[in-house]
Amino acid sequence: MQFEWIMVPYSLLTLFIVVNYGLLLTALMQKIGARVGRRHGIPIWQNYVDLIKNYGIRSSITHGVMFYLGPVFRLTGGVGLLLFVPTLYGSEMFSNLSFAGDLILALYFIFFGSLGMALGAGESGHPHSAIGVSRGLSQVTTAELPFALAVFAIALQYQTLSVTEIVAAQQGSVWNWTLFTNPLAVAAAMLSFLGSMMRPPFDVVLAPQEIPIGPPTEYHSSYLALMQTNRVIFPIAKIVVYMNLFFGGAATWPVFFLKVFLIYFFSLFVGVVFPRFRVEQSVRWFLVWALPLGIAAILVV
Amino acid sequence: MKDELDKRLDNQPDGPERRGSLKDIPVREELLPRWVKGPEGQEYVVEPLQDYFCQAGPTVQTPAYTRIIEDLFNWARAESLWILGFGTGCGAIEMRPLMTPRFDAYRYGIQWRPTPRQANLFVISGYLSVKTLKRAIRSYEQMQNPKYVVGLGSCTINGGMYWDSYNTIKRLDDYLPVDLYITGCMPRPEALLQGFDDLKKLIRAGKAEGANHYAEHFDWYKANQKRVIKDWDMPDYSW
Repeated sequence: MQFEWIMVPYSLLTLFIVVNYGLLLTALMQKIGARVGRRHGIPIWQNYVDLIKNYGIRSSITHGVMFYLGPVFRLTGGVGLLLFVPTLYGSEMFSNLSFAGDLILALYFIFFGSLGMALGAGESGHPHSAIGVSRGLSQVTTAELPFALAVFAIALQYQTLSVTEIVAAQQGSVWNWTLFTNPLAVAAAMLSFLGSMMRPPFDVVLAPQEIPIGPPTEYHSSYLALMQTNRVIFPIAKIVVYMNLFFGGAATWPVFFLKVFLIYFFSLFVGVVFPRFRVEQSVRWFLVWALPLGIAAILVV
Repeated sequence: MKDELDKRLDNQPDGPERRGSLKDIPVREELLPRWVKGPEGQEYVVEPLQDYFCQAGPTVQTPAYTRIIEDLFNWARAESLWILGFGTGCGAIEMRPLMTPRFDAYRYGIQWRPTPRQANLFVISGYLSVKTLKRAIRSYEQMQNPKYVVGLGSCTINGGMYWDSYNTIKRLDDYLPVDLYITGCMPRPEALLQGFDDLKKLIRAGKAEGANHYAEHFDWYKANQKRVIKDWDMPDYSW
């Protein structure tokens, strides 16, 4: 990959589009969830208002350096994941900073935010944060395992570590998508996807009705606003990786919006149908159901 | 053990004063000053109330930006009311229908947060016993400026049906800066929604500065609080 300065404003444009889409999409998903519960739910612009309010809070307190850096790390994870993976396939403008080995970097960035959060929440000294972090890390780790296996299976299948090349190999027909060429890997990855979206049945870490409210118990004002920003970027960035690896990528923005919506909707759909797991249940569930699928995907390849 | 501690405290330059000030208030055992031996044999005093908590009081946080931006922020604050999930009395039961399909307060930007750090609206829902007042004060102080207090039901105004009870407070306004009262015993969920709507108007007009009022009249509020809370075993301001 040749670096050119014009890529910087292009990447920022991608980020801008994704943040706005994420803010609206997250609210839309909450509205759909509310409709299932026969409510109307939040207004579609509520996320913008919450964000402005949290940036506008006048006072804030700190618990130390890592407390500052926690949300920053988290946001870095989301933005980094988004910027090092091509958002639109074949587009000069929206290929971002993707390069030959970006799949490995993407795997790392997915985990990076959680680690930063663990350090930051740990320093806040609140017992609920510590419990939330230990729950979150154990759940995310087991949820990542099947995904990592699926990614290895895909890398073996296409003999490359470049997301762009993997997308290129899936072009032509719907039947070229990894979804049809390697369904086991996609199944394992989609089960793992449920675990990382922080929706039921795997949202015990952040659910307000459980131990309040998990890792971000002590976070407020601008810290919380940073984390909210990440909460709208990160799912989209992660879905972009999924879309590129398994569902043929997207060549235009309308296709992008549709595919991201559908993949996001999958986790919502499962979430409103099934009740919440406890952490040990979800860990066992991932190990029993998702992990063998991932191993089988590698064996089949 | 305690006598020895007193003796050692007396040997310190400001020891007697500190011990004197501690004597007036019954303090829990684990919050008393104690001698600790370090790994290399050195001994030092640990005073939990001094060492573990920030002693500074609250400060007045004036609007920092130009009128237009402050208006935008006030609009956002009004449209994004995050209620602290802390039910004190029977009024808490009237808040539940607001979350559920029949009234669905989420439509109006009202959400519930489980932690005071993220909340900006404290609804004192009904009578407040002195024991709960202590927790209410700590929770209120941990919320960030700007923050609002709504008193729900007659009990927060004049004691209501608990007017002659020995262990509930009668006027909430003496202990926390109240922005709005919602009357009734109990007020119905519609009344709550109407109240939140009125609170939004106050916030948008920039009139809901309870947090700054609390900081300005901090001594008055503390004196009132300490008059009813006999076992004051916490820092003066919970950061």
